[in-house]
Amino acid sequence: MTSLAFDQVSVAYSGRQAVAPFNDTVKPGEWLCIIGPNGAGKSSLLRSIAGVVPHTGRILVDGSPLSARSSRRRAQLIAYVPQSPVLPSGMTGAEYVLLGRNPFVTHFGSESVLDYSMVQDVIDRLDLHELATRDVDTLSGGERQRLVIARAIAQEAPILLLDEPTSALDIGHQQQALELVDKLRKEHGLTVVSAMHDLTLAGIYSDRLILMHAGHVVAQGVAEEVLRPETLGEFYGVSVRVHRESDGTIIVVPNRTSVF
Amino acid sequence: MNSTATSHENAGKWWIALASLLLVCSLLVGVMIGPAGPAWWRVPLELINRLPFFSIHSGLTDTDWSIVWQIRAPRVVLAALVGSTLSIAGASYQGVFRNPLVDPYLLGVAAGAGLGATIVITVNRSGTSTWWIDPLPLAAFIGGLIAVLATYLVGTTGKGERSSTSLVLSGVAVTSLATAAQTFLLQRNSDVVRQVYSWILGRLSSATWGDVRLVIPYVVLSTIALLLHRRLLDVLRVGDDEASALGVNVSRVRLVVVIAATLGTASVVAVSGLIGFVGIIVPHAVRLIVGTSYRVVLPVSLLFGAAFLILADIPGRVLDNPAETPIGVVTAFLGAPFFLLILRARKTAQ
Repeated sequence: MTSLAFDQVSVAYSGRQAVAPFNDTVKPGEWLCIIGPNGAGKSSLLRSIAGVVPHTGRILVDGSPLSARSSRRRAQLIAYVPQSPVLPSGMTGAEYVLLGRNPFVTHFGSESVLDYSMVQDVIDRLDLHELATRDVDTLSGGERQRLVIARAIAQEAPILLLDEPTSALDIGHQQQALELVDKLRKEHGLTVVSAMHDLTLAGIYSDRLILMHAGHVVAQGVAEEVLRPETLGEFYGVSVRVHRESDGTIIVVPNRTSVF
Repeated sequence: MNSTATSHENAGKWWIALASLLLVCSLLVGVMIGPAGPAWWRVPLELINRLPFFSIHSGLTDTDWSIVWQIRAPRVVLAALVGSTLSIAGASYQGVFRNPLVDPYLLGVAAGAGLGATIVITVNRSGTSTWWIDPLPLAAFIGGLIAVLATYLVGTTGKGERSSTSLVLSGVAVTSLATAAQTFLLQRNSDVVRQVYSWILGRLSSATWGDVRLVIPYVVLSTIALLLHRRLLDVLRVGDDEASALGVNVSRVRLVVVIAATLGTASVVAVSGLIGFVGIIVPHAVRLIVGTSYRVVLPVSLLFGAAFLILADIPGRVLDNPAETPIGVVTAFLGAPFFLLILRARKTAQ
């Protein structure tokens, strides 16, 4: 199991700060969920970990800085599921999952028997046989999301980053996708960092929540500490009720504010 | 079992074998047909006769053989090199820019080469015949490279993720600039318009083994470099961000592929002029037939492009003899309907 630490990590786009210096340590096997309104810096933070956008400060994996590693080595440690993944048309499901093996293939090499059997294994475990031979263009949103997660799993990285993994899915598929991630997390001891909009789901699945606003961390802790009406009201600008179920589940319900 | 992931690759091997066969047939047909020279069926007999341990009487005279070997063969080989390079370069450009509409002339190679050639022709074409090296292909080659270099310098000055779009746009700007300069030169020297246009429309008619020797190092180098990147081009299909999260150094791959494709294109443009449509139609036709994976598209485009240009060159040399139809015109006439046909067949199949 692998830990992920942030030491004064900040992200700026052409001078405009998207993430203010951020410090945190995600424990091995922990699921950290970043919440916050649009433009709070959630995606930027995830993208900086994935190496997609440049950042200042240090990101440490098991204590050693990521910047010292090659992009291939980084991809062996960190798998990234973007908000709107591109599934190239004409590619079969299996070929798409095979892309996850890229970090293990040398620059001019090709995939080994091991890579293919790894992909087959992921397809077996996630029960994707039906999708494996189909053109990714013909798949539904839920099926595509399962393939993208499968690709990330095939990457065998101990850290999994998910940017709004459920935003395009209906409630059933949301649950399926998050259950799948949770199951894989437990099986493989994955460390998960996700950005999520659905606060109730964020509370249910994560071990810890971080609320970001305008690039700053404004609240953090377990669901009960972060998902409070006054906190959410202040930073989302919404009026919500928060229910606590008998099993400890926190449910966030928006209030109707308009009066007819 | 891992058949699911490899089925496309196995199919790919068959397509590569088939395209190789087509290329061999095209090469044969290419050396068999011509406006002058021996009867077509004597040529393969003579070719067998020339192999070690074989002796067949083909009835070819020495003159016939020199027509086949000194006139037809270099032309056919050059057509193969030009066709394969334009096709694989086109497919690679489409891959790195993730844009199916780009062709190998995208970044200004064609316009730069055209300007280089125009300068040589206007300055003094006839006076260069005694030079030890023909300056026309050299000027075209250098012109093409300078144009792409300009495109690259302008297009990558802006930072960030939009670099591939700005590269394409600066290609458009450099192309316009070079074309404008060329038009200006032509207007001042209207006596050479015909010569320049015949160069622009592309020709293989004057091909010699010297031309083949001139381009072969660049073509081989560029082809090997592009083929080595075929797997990475597949990874790039998920977009810059995801590809880099998958461990690909996207800007480096793009730079190397663009350099390799440009080097190949500039070298073939230098000896053959501008032969349009090949770099866009061949990769597309190949994609419609074999699927979209660059692992198959690149090698099949290479073989198919070579065969296509050899065959496209045949009507040009047989029809309208002795005045030849420029090959660029033939590829346009053949290419466009061929493309439509495949597109239609594909739609019906679906």
